[in-house]
Amino acid sequence: MNTPILEIKNLHAGVEGKQILKGLDLTINEGEVHAIMGPNGSGKSTLAAVLAGRDGYDVTEGEVLYMGKDLLDMDPEERAREGVFLAFQYPVEIPGVNSTYFLKSGLNEIRKHRGEKQLDAMEFLSFVKEKVKLLELSEDLLRRSVNEGFSGGEKKRNEIFQMAVLEPKLAVLDETDSGLDIDALKIVSHGVNKLHRDDNSQLVITHYQRLLNYIIPDFVHVLVDGKIIRTGDKSLALELEDKGYDWIVTHQPVLA
Amino acid sequence: MSTATETIEGLVKQEYKYGFYTDVETDSAPPGLNEDIVRLISSKKKEPPFMLEWRLKAYRYWLTMSEPTWPHVHYPPIEYQKSVYYSAPKKKGDGPKSLDEVDPKLLETYEKLGIPLRERGRLAGVAVDAVFDSVSVGTTFQKQLAEKGIVFCSFTEAVQNHPDLVKKYLGMVVPYTDNYFAALNSAVFSDGSFCFIPKGIRCPMELSTYFRINAANTGQFERTLIIAEEGASVSYLEGCTAPMRDEHQLHAAVVELIALDNAQIKYSTVQNWYPGDEQGRGGIYNFVTKRGMCKGKNSKISWTQVETGSAITWKYPSCILLGDNSIGEFYSVAVTNNYQQADTGTKMVHVGKNTKSTIVSKGISAGHGQNSYRGLVKIQKSATNARNFSQCDSLLLGNKCGAHTFPYIEVKNTSARVEHEASTSKIGEDQIFYCNQRGLSTQDAVNMIVNGFCKEVFKELPMEFAVEAQKLLGVSLEGSVG
Repeated sequence: MNTPILEIKNLHAGVEGKQILKGLDLTINEGEVHAIMGPNGSGKSTLAAVLAGRDGYDVTEGEVLYMGKDLLDMDPEERAREGVFLAFQYPVEIPGVNSTYFLKSGLNEIRKHRGEKQLDAMEFLSFVKEKVKLLELSEDLLRRSVNEGFSGGEKKRNEIFQMAVLEPKLAVLDETDSGLDIDALKIVSHGVNKLHRDDNSQLVITHYQRLLNYIIPDFVHVLVDGKIIRTGDKSLALELEDKGYDWIVTHQPVLA
Repeated sequence: MSTATETIEGLVKQEYKYGFYTDVETDSAPPGLNEDIVRLISSKKKEPPFMLEWRLKAYRYWLTMSEPTWPHVHYPPIEYQKSVYYSAPKKKGDGPKSLDEVDPKLLETYEKLGIPLRERGRLAGVAVDAVFDSVSVGTTFQKQLAEKGIVFCSFTEAVQNHPDLVKKYLGMVVPYTDNYFAALNSAVFSDGSFCFIPKGIRCPMELSTYFRINAANTGQFERTLIIAEEGASVSYLEGCTAPMRDEHQLHAAVVELIALDNAQIKYSTVQNWYPGDEQGRGGIYNFVTKRGMCKGKNSKISWTQVETGSAITWKYPSCILLGDNSIGEFYSVAVTNNYQQADTGTKMVHVGKNTKSTIVSKGISAGHGQNSYRGLVKIQKSATNARNFSQCDSLLLGNKCGAHTFPYIEVKNTSARVEHEASTSKIGEDQIFYCNQRGLSTQDAVNMIVNGFCKEVFKELPMEFAVEAQKLLGVSLEGSVG
């Protein structure tokens, strides 16, 4: 047990010369759900971007191990094929590219990487049928272009649907709750919970506590000014909701 | 498909697949252009006097013209006196009577290009006329087509065997006075394809011409003439490739289409002439005049083009909508990568009543490529209830390329309805990253996004060609991101 999936050590990173993460440490083991909360500008989305390998983010210090391998050394697509998934805060529209074709291509790249057989169109369709139901998505969306003309809620559900299809080892959810009404939030959370297994892990990034009413984390971390300043269980999130980020900043325990 | 270790740099080095050269003995005219050369070409072709006369008129007219400077392209002056205007693989005796007698080297060339001409291995359902430099080396399925009264042969054969048809229709849509390159072509054209679909016949297979430039310092000037009589219909495909060379070569073709009452002609091009290297050395100058005339009522002409090759493309496949209720369509994907330049579009001239035209143009620019759409929609006074819809979209990859749009609209009848939509977008890093994050390589992501962008045009291509075009687009844009 306690096999680490992700080990972040003293991570310093920034964008366009601006230092954002300033010594972040975090270890996520198999089967665990972690939540990162923090005020705007604390570095939550930067962390997601660095983990997924988005261009333009510079790591100046520290290391990130994924399944014992140097994650920062891998191209974004290699990370994806190795099982790192990012649910985007702002899913991108790709006009003219059919959703089913897009996802099938991605899945087949990942399967190829794992040495598994590629799925043809028919196999893929029967494979996704169940997953569509899980997210209560209309099958019609699969026939449309990637995210094009989707409502905000549909885009977010589509992200979790893709996660269901690609079955990642580590899923990073970047503010998946933002812009969702309560019904959509429940559907998305239900989907995420269903996908939770003993051998995978989830990192849920959020600004608000309300998502954590539905996705119950094992650990809650508070990120302020590029560092995790407090770690606790789900009660920390409730306390935070009650007292606000200012409270935690001014009442920081003295760290060793 | 790519793997994670494959780098964009490696992809850049991917070579133009069709750049090989076939070593054959040729029968060539000396370089230069004068009346004697025109006469020589005509005599090589054993043409009747009316053809020679027409050529000479065209030549003399050409001498009075000057090269157009309005296209949005740049190139050093072409030295017309240095080019060779006739080059043909040497024939034994009187020349091959059938494909079995064609030089095996030539057959091999076409096989290498994926166009098998021998009886065995021929593309099912596609009749091919193979043009090598200045001459047609063979035409497949001629006999089967002749049973239906369809004439599909090289232009040379048409002039000899069907002089009345040639005399009647040649220059009807593109007169030799039309423009500089059309005049030059009319004077020195050496071969091309001729199709005649008689009244009421639906051509049972796709007709196709494959143009291959092989010899160096040679211009290729071919002429295609397609006539669909009343109620006839035909789908025609054109493909082109050339060896890689550091010098530029001129290709100035003329295509004329004529559709009589209720006839339909669908003309598809996948143009893959050698585009030049990454520095912009070499490549074909593709200066082409293509025009169709919907002469009869309810007739329809549809152009679909996928332009990925050539150093410079200058062409405007157009429709003159003469017959009432006639329809003109133009679907185009034009790609410019590295230092390629394209100035392409269409002209839709509405003359008859209730005529309709549709224009869908997709321009893709990468590297230092410059891509211009130039289109004219002209509604004449007589064209009551004419309709036009135009859509011009441009996609940019990188920040050194350019996209330009030059639409011209002339409306002389108040009942006309003309719509024009245009957009320019850039393949976003966000889109590519999104694809990467789902496991796709950058190259695959670009291909997918570009193919999505071109979908409306690809669906107009015949099935086999659509697949080919998608692949071609992938190769043309390799190395354009990173």
